[in-house]
Amino acid sequence: MPISAGAASALADRIEEASERRDGVKQVAAADKVDPIHQFHINPIFPIHVGGYDVSFTNSSLFMVVVVVLTGAFLYFSTAGRALVPSRLQSISEMSYEFVASMLRDAAGTHGMKFFPFVFSLFMFVMVANLLGLFPYFFTVTSHIIVTFALAMLVIGTVVVYGFAKHGFGFLKLFVPSGVPVALMPLVVLIEVVSFLSRPVSLSIRLFANMLAGHITLKVFAGFVVSLGAMGTVGMAGAVLPLAMVVMLTALEVLVAALQAYVFAVLTCMYLADALHPSH
Amino acid sequence: MFVTPAYGQEAAPADAGADTHAGTEVPGNAAHEGGGFPPFDSATFASQLVWLAITFGLFYVFLKRVIVPRLGTILDTRAGRIQQDLDQAAKLKGEADAAVAAYEQELAEAKARANAIGQQSRDEAKAEAETARKAVEAELDKKLAAAEGRIAGIKASAMKDVGAIAESTASAIVEQLVGKADKAAVAAAVKSAG
Repeated sequence: MPISAGAASALADRIEEASERRDGVKQVAAADKVDPIHQFHINPIFPIHVGGYDVSFTNSSLFMVVVVVLTGAFLYFSTAGRALVPSRLQSISEMSYEFVASMLRDAAGTHGMKFFPFVFSLFMFVMVANLLGLFPYFFTVTSHIIVTFALAMLVIGTVVVYGFAKHGFGFLKLFVPSGVPVALMPLVVLIEVVSFLSRPVSLSIRLFANMLAGHITLKVFAGFVVSLGAMGTVGMAGAVLPLAMVVMLTALEVLVAALQAYVFAVLTCMYLADALHPSH
Repeated sequence: MFVTPAYGQEAAPADAGADTHAGTEVPGNAAHEGGGFPPFDSATFASQLVWLAITFGLFYVFLKRVIVPRLGTILDTRAGRIQQDLDQAAKLKGEADAAVAAYEQELAEAKARANAIGQQSRDEAKAEAETARKAVEAELDKKLAAAEGRIAGIKASAMKDVGAIAESTASAIVEQLVGKADKAAVAAAVKSAG
């Protein structure tokens, strides 16, 4: 019995439609089981309202406190012995101190060492916040743009305030590189000003986006493990692949966490060097 | 149409499943989406900024007042101690080098002295041997001379005896040949022959 062309195409349409729906169901199910954005939600713990502003103590505030207390306590107790031959923990504190100190000295010279406490606290805060955020169920303070932007503005604000206080209007030489032909000067100055203004933006978005993207990626692959694991034996076998991916991504994220703190600190050092020596 | 029912059967349960799933899942999903993207939710900005200022401010003050001076002292003390140790090591090495130099000088002196003593004793021994040798030689020369004198005496007496023996022998031969011998003539002939 021959099949008519119309019947065949109708059949093909139905099959296609059904498979599309099935895909749609899969996506919805996955999205519901593991919402990768959920980890970034801010929930108040102690609601506080001051002058119409909501300054509640939230999970974000809690982790800021945890980061600060943890880092401060570690630095305090690891160096309490003041040992001539350092213990392992004291070595960690000393290494981070010397790491930041050499970074700042290389970028801004010995004059830059007056900013050392600032750069050191920035580096330690960002790194510990990044690393702490990798623990499951922990909130990542630096995954919110407002936090990274505030830190970046703190850096740029320090550069601007110190630059003008130290050099007066000579600080504006920062935008006028020497040895540039007069004809090109307006263009160069424009480019320098734009690049200076984009610094806080790039500084904050780099850190924020790295943390955000890393955590979303981790959550998505972890979500695959959960979704596939719910699909029986075949799914369990298939879940091995995303699980391996999660393990590798976690290692990568540890690297990214430390690297982004380093990048943030290095750029801070370079910007501070501009405040110290504005002329190129 | 023997293919169609099979496809139809397969498609139908999938359809049904899709419908029920979609029906249950969608509301929950919508509820999650309600808050928007948290990092861009400006309602939380004030709280985050205030708490960041409090926590980071305290952190900065604590590091600046306590941790940085303490770590700086630890590292400075260590650097000073290492420098001190290095200086002391350099000093001790200098002392050791001086001791080695003094020892070597003494050794060289002792060697020179030993050589001198050896040379001296060698010379003395040589001189002694030389005198002894000369004494012995002189003695021997004397003995040689005495012996030679004796030999000469013996030779001379022997030579005198030889003349007498030759005369008697010659006269005996002559007697045997001619019956009688003129002693004087024989003696003259022997003398002229000898």
